Amino acid sequence: MGTRDQLQFIVSSIRAKRLQSFLTGLGIAVGIAAVILLTSMGEGLQRFVVAEFTQFGSNLIAVNPGKVTTMGTTLGILGSERLLTLDDCEALRHLPQAEAVVPMVQGNVEVKAEGRTRRITLYGVGAEMDRAFRMQVGSGRFLPPDDPRLARPFVVLGDKVAHELFPNDNPLGRRMQIGNQPARVLGVMEHKGQVLGFDMDDTVYIPAVRALDLFDREGLMEIDVLYRDGHEASEVVAAIKRILVNRHGQEDFTITTQQQMLDVLGSVLSMLTVAVGALGGISLLVGSVGIFTIMTIAVRERTAEIGLLRAVGASRQQILLLFLLEGTVLAGLGGTAGLAVGFSLASLIHALVPLLPVHTPWSFVIFAELLSMLIGIIAGIIPARQAARLDPVEALRSE
Amino acid sequence: MIELSDICRTFTVGGQEVRAMDHVSLTIGAGEYLSIMGPSGSGKSTLLNIIGLLDTPNSGTYLLDGRDVTSLADEQLAATRSRKIGFIFQFFHLIPRLSAAQNIELPLMLAGVPLRQRRQRSAVLIDSFGLGNRRHHRPDELSGGQRQRVAIARAVINQPAVLLADEPTGNLDRSSGAEIIDLLEGLNRAGQTLVIVTHDPEIGERARRRVRVVDGRLASDSGG
Ligand SMILES: Nc1ncnc2c1ncn2[C@@H]1O[C@H](COP(=O)(O)OP(=O)(O)OP(=O)(O)O)[C@@H](O)[C@H]1O
Ligand SMILES: [Mg+2]
Repeated sequence: MGTRDQLQFIVSSIRAKRLQSFLTGLGIAVGIAAVILLTSMGEGLQRFVVAEFTQFGSNLIAVNPGKVTTMGTTLGILGSERLLTLDDCEALRHLPQAEAVVPMVQGNVEVKAEGRTRRITLYGVGAEMDRAFRMQVGSGRFLPPDDPRLARPFVVLGDKVAHELFPNDNPLGRRMQIGNQPARVLGVMEHKGQVLGFDMDDTVYIPAVRALDLFDREGLMEIDVLYRDGHEASEVVAAIKRILVNRHGQEDFTITTQQQMLDVLGSVLSMLTVAVGALGGISLLVGSVGIFTIMTIAVRERTAEIGLLRAVGASRQQILLLFLLEGTVLAGLGGTAGLAVGFSLASLIHALVPLLPVHTPWSFVIFAELLSMLIGIIAGIIPARQAARLDPVEALRSE
Repeated sequence: MIELSDICRTFTVGGQEVRAMDHVSLTIGAGEYLSIMGPSGSGKSTLLNIIGLLDTPNSGTYLLDGRDVTSLADEQLAATRSRKIGFIFQFFHLIPRLSAAQNIELPLMLAGVPLRQRRQRSAVLIDSFGLGNRRHHRPDELSGGQRQRVAIARAVINQPAVLLADEPTGNLDRSSGAEIIDLLEGLNRAGQTLVIVTHDPEIGERARRRVRVVDGRLASDSGG
């Protein structure tokens, strides 16, 4: 029996029970779609996140107030916790390994210039921020290295803010209002785009002490330390810890290295991967049970047909092959549908989040299709053997 | 051409042995027209199935065209059925999702004959069996007589050595039954060896040779 005839015969029987076949294929399709989505996104997402983070440089260490214990509570409830201050920041500046130390306060604020008003994200930072985060000033210059406690009221604008507040003329040297504080524009950052979903161009930077004043805060939200190449992160962490414990009398702060941040994100990603993978696995399992069921029913319903095929010259081997192939084709069709859905979803996600690279390697596509067909073969083996084992005389009498 | 000697076939039903064929010996020559009659349960279908290699006897020997086919492996049995045996059943046994032409071509398809050749050979039969305008119809769109004609075409498309019909008119009204018998007798006149199992004495009497089976034995044989 020719392969084309076999396929035609199989397709005719799959078409004869459209709804059943569709539902059975659906299980496999969902599973394969999940697998494809997972592999297309997984690779892209991992690359995306690593790229987003390392564009700030990988020698960054963040210090945040409060200590998260393994119990998940902060020491702060005891009331003995001290704030991270600009003085702490100054103390860290004496670290020999430190190339830049940047205080950080962040919040939303209303800015005004030439009668225009906007709400934007404001960062209160130090003069070394541009260096620490590898950001470029487009025109003018970044905040000057003033005494952090007496910094002058300068402001550096993000690219987008500059365009929107001063659409017609050069913002450099212009006066504007930040919250209740007047400030003078010293520089405009280069266009940066989005990083991890934040629009880096829709921000302004002012000295940290001014921001503390603006938001009426006592302590910083974070201190970022950029250490020089050639030093170990652990060594720098230990040095930071020594200085701050010395100043605070206890470890009431949390130090996070770039690597740790990547690790946390990595573990979130792997959890996501496991979840989607589990969904795919369960669907494939359901799909294989579906194939098994539909093929078992087919053998029962088509017993007389099997007898007839034997009577007109089909061997047991041929019957086995026909039914095995039917399960395989069914699973293969489901797999193809799953590939299409997975592809479309991946492209849709790419269209919605253009920055997220979606990449489906061909090897995975082929693997997924082979996987679905393998499931069809395995799930179809028992029913196909039942069909092959039927006694033709009995089978013919079953009608 | 067909030589059965000392054929026994027993079935075990609920621990009890039922002897459906009891030392049956029968020789059928090429071109013969033979009817098998007998009471219900006497073993007529069993005999036919053994001749058609669908069933294997427990003992005895079966020579088909001089070759011992008593203990062939499944693969060879299937090949022999394909080349030498044509079956016709009371309930037609057409595949409902295939067209008349596709049903007729089924034995050729299983044997791996290319489509063009299949089409040519089925077209000849479709025309000579008066099914010309029904070739693309499916079985449920055909009358009983037409269905049986499709089944006969399927049985003879591979030019079998023997055509075995188990109550071919059992499911038809008188007139279409008569047409089917006419068709089969026409094939026999053209040289086709024909064995018909029937309950209908009128049909049975028409055969040149009449065999009577009772309790798994040959009770009478009008010739051979
Ligand atoms: N597969 C089977 N299992 C058990 N017993 C069987 C089987 N096939 C046939 N028999 C028994 O063998 C005997 C002969 O059966 P067979 O079908 O050959 O009779 P028949 O002459 O064709 O009857 P009918 O005219 O009713 O078709 C019967 O007693 C039947 O019960
Ligand atoms: Mg019978």
